[in-house]
Amino acid sequence: MSPSAGPGTGAGPSGRPRHHLLSVLVENKSGVLSRVAGLFSRRGYNIFSLAVAPTDDERFSRISIVVDVDSAPLEQVVAQLDKLVNVVEITELHPDEAREAELLLVTVVADAERRAQVFQLVGVFGGQIVDVGLEEVTVMLAGSPSGLDDFEELMRPYGIIELQRTGRVALPKLGGRSPSTARREQQALESA
Amino acid sequence: MQLTGAQALVKSLEMQDVEVIFGLPGGAILPVYDPIIDSSIRHILVRHEQGAGHMAEGYAHVTGRPGVAMVTSGPGATNIVTPLADAYMDSIPLVVVTGQVPSSAIGTDAFQEADITGITIGVTKHNWLVTDAADIPRVVAEAFYVATTGRPGPVLVDVPKDVSNATMDWYWPETVDLPGYRPATTPEPAAIEAATELIVTAERPVIYAGGGVLKASAAAALRELAELTGIPVVTTLMARGAFPDSHPLCLGMPGMHGNYTAVTAMQQADLLVALGSRFDDRVTGKLSAFAPRAKVIHVDIDKAEIGKVRRPEVGIVADCRLAVEALVTALRPQRAAGLLEASRLGAWSRELASWKERFPLTYDRSGPAAAAGRPGRSPRLKPQFVLETLRDATPDDTILAAGVGQHQMWASQFWRFEHPNTWVSSGGLGTMGFAVPAAIGAKVGRPDRMVWAVDGDGCFQMTAQELVTASAERIPVKIAILNNAYLGMVRQWQHMFYEERYSEVYLSPDLPDYVGWAEAMGCVGLRVEHPEEVLAAIEKANQVDDRPVVVDFRTDSMEQVFPMVPAGASNDDIVVHPSQRPGTAAGAEL
Ligand SMILES: Cc1ncc(C[n+]2csc(CCOP(=O)(O)OP(=O)(O)O)c2C)c(N)n1
Ligand SMILES: [Mg+2]
Repeated sequence: MSPSAGPGTGAGPSGRPRHHLLSVLVENKSGVLSRVAGLFSRRGYNIFSLAVAPTDDERFSRISIVVDVDSAPLEQVVAQLDKLVNVVEITELHPDEAREAELLLVTVVADAERRAQVFQLVGVFGGQIVDVGLEEVTVMLAGSPSGLDDFEELMRPYGIIELQRTGRVALPKLGGRSPSTARREQQALESA
Repeated sequence: MQLTGAQALVKSLEMQDVEVIFGLPGGAILPVYDPIIDSSIRHILVRHEQGAGHMAEGYAHVTGRPGVAMVTSGPGATNIVTPLADAYMDSIPLVVVTGQVPSSAIGTDAFQEADITGITIGVTKHNWLVTDAADIPRVVAEAFYVATTGRPGPVLVDVPKDVSNATMDWYWPETVDLPGYRPATTPEPAAIEAATELIVTAERPVIYAGGGVLKASAAAALRELAELTGIPVVTTLMARGAFPDSHPLCLGMPGMHGNYTAVTAMQQADLLVALGSRFDDRVTGKLSAFAPRAKVIHVDIDKAEIGKVRRPEVGIVADCRLAVEALVTALRPQRAAGLLEASRLGAWSRELASWKERFPLTYDRSGPAAAAGRPGRSPRLKPQFVLETLRDATPDDTILAAGVGQHQMWASQFWRFEHPNTWVSSGGLGTMGFAVPAAIGAKVGRPDRMVWAVDGDGCFQMTAQELVTASAERIPVKIAILNNAYLGMVRQWQHMFYEERYSEVYLSPDLPDYVGWAEAMGCVGLRVEHPEEVLAAIEKANQVDDRPVVVDFRTDSMEQVFPMVPAGASNDDIVVHPSQRPGTAAGAEL
């Protein structure tokens, strides 16, 4: 499997994307995560990754779920999720309309012989060495999920001792609100 | 005004106009049982918490109002999980209040602790663990709102003992604030318009009415739609009574044990107008072969039902009554313009009529088969005959409850349902033991109506103890046990699909002694063994109105439910009664 066909981009055998990212705003009530997770297992939908944390408004949390839609049509997953009383809003974020990010921690073999190579790759990817042992290092890397996939594949030959990823989080791209569009709109307004 | 949490809970139920609670106390719910003494709400003390849940369901079925049950923590709470699951499947509004161990003990495996909110997440529309006495009125208001709006369903409110004992300042919330809960109501005009076009052009249309029609009080609107368009109607197991069986456009029940015409009409249709129905596997048979040429209009208040099983050409997410009324309004001008003349469906009506004539519901009424092996004795007592006699000897608006099994299918087939909310049956979950407590709850909700339950001998043994409740509370329900001495439906499957290898299905006709048992529970007990005794026993039972009656009908063990679409088979492969199969002389042995 080539790095770019890995789980991060998730293209299915037919070429259509197998993974969809749902950004789910939920009320911050106890048990809400088990309601959401329970719905997936109960209805036989597969969760690929899940990340959850409070939002800036303490009444709400945001759950970022990557769904494997081979298990059910996305529309059905969304409709069932929407029925949960504590689920306030569901947004599907298409990769090209969203800024996605994920965090990876990996402890990799880096003995004297190979340390320089590892350090170099970490540098290329803009990662950070967060811990150094006698024969291994721990690297932290934040970035796009597919970049993390690539990095993971490149580390593999050196010997991955432990690896932890957070699952992806995302926000919609600013699109219409980007500085260039905003300026164009303003110009259009002025000339009108 | 300062109240304890327990007082606030009871007062909140009063604010919701609750008239009856079905329940059974215990340690964790004790504080709430004290203010019950002073409350205007009637409490009915059940003998098993499952009974409380099914009674609340029966009450909700016939009144359209939420049923309320109250039980203690741990085993009390787990005992009511089955009724919650049943109500969840059949979209019945229930509010179940459970006691919970004190907050400080939660999570310590305390005595009678069970994580009932965790256990019931998958079988409730929503549930709440109350952590502060001040939240009680708000949570109760939310619970009733969620249970009764949108697609109705069961909810559970778990109240720790210390919360019941704490004090709070009484208030009543005028509104509920649930930012994530927005039940659908009115239909999209564009969808109505698209549906109208399909209806006007269809040549072989069928209205596929489900339980949602009853939930939305849409029976009158449905009748208007059918009569305006001349489209025939099938009523699913959950919708029996939503359209009168005597109506010329009524085709009766579709599905695994539906009648030939209803099943085949759906198969041959070019348009299915699905109203509050969910394309259940018991209706569709093998999905890939179901109604292959039909376009589908699907009306459901639950968006997730649209396209869950079958992708419709037109999906309408709305309250069923509002949607049907909108369709009627949109179709009136079409009718006036001559686009809905009855003649447009002439060929279809003739075809339906010919199926009705060739394949009516039938059984061996008497004759050699019925008397076979019983020389000199009267023919075997046929369960269908009992049902026909019961049907004809009771008022039109009698409420009929059923258990689960062959007797349930015969009841649905051979009864004649003329009014909405007269049929109380466990459809989605298929819960044996439903009939007795559900009938009791129905009688509590509609004391003015005659209430009969048709039960199986197997089912009866699961919840019969609630007849003690009925006797004690003077709730005069009537139970007809179709005692075939078997778990008959399972026996039928073993007969048909396991080469008659009967495994663990024999129950015995007289162990227990149903008449003796009925009498021990304070009921009138009657036994009927011969066809000629049936009517007299029913008339006798109909006259008892101060206690429950149980009639033990000793019916033919061999009888099978026909028609039948074997599980997983296409509806096209419907197996009709042996006497209707090609080359079979009427009345031949199975
Ligand atoms: C609680 C429960 N257990 C098991 C079943 C499976 N089941 C379906 S019908 C049936 C037989 C019911 O027997 P009885 O009540 O005598 O009715 P009959 O079919 O004989 O009319 C069984 C065991 C069920 N539906 N519910
Ligand atoms: Mg039986």
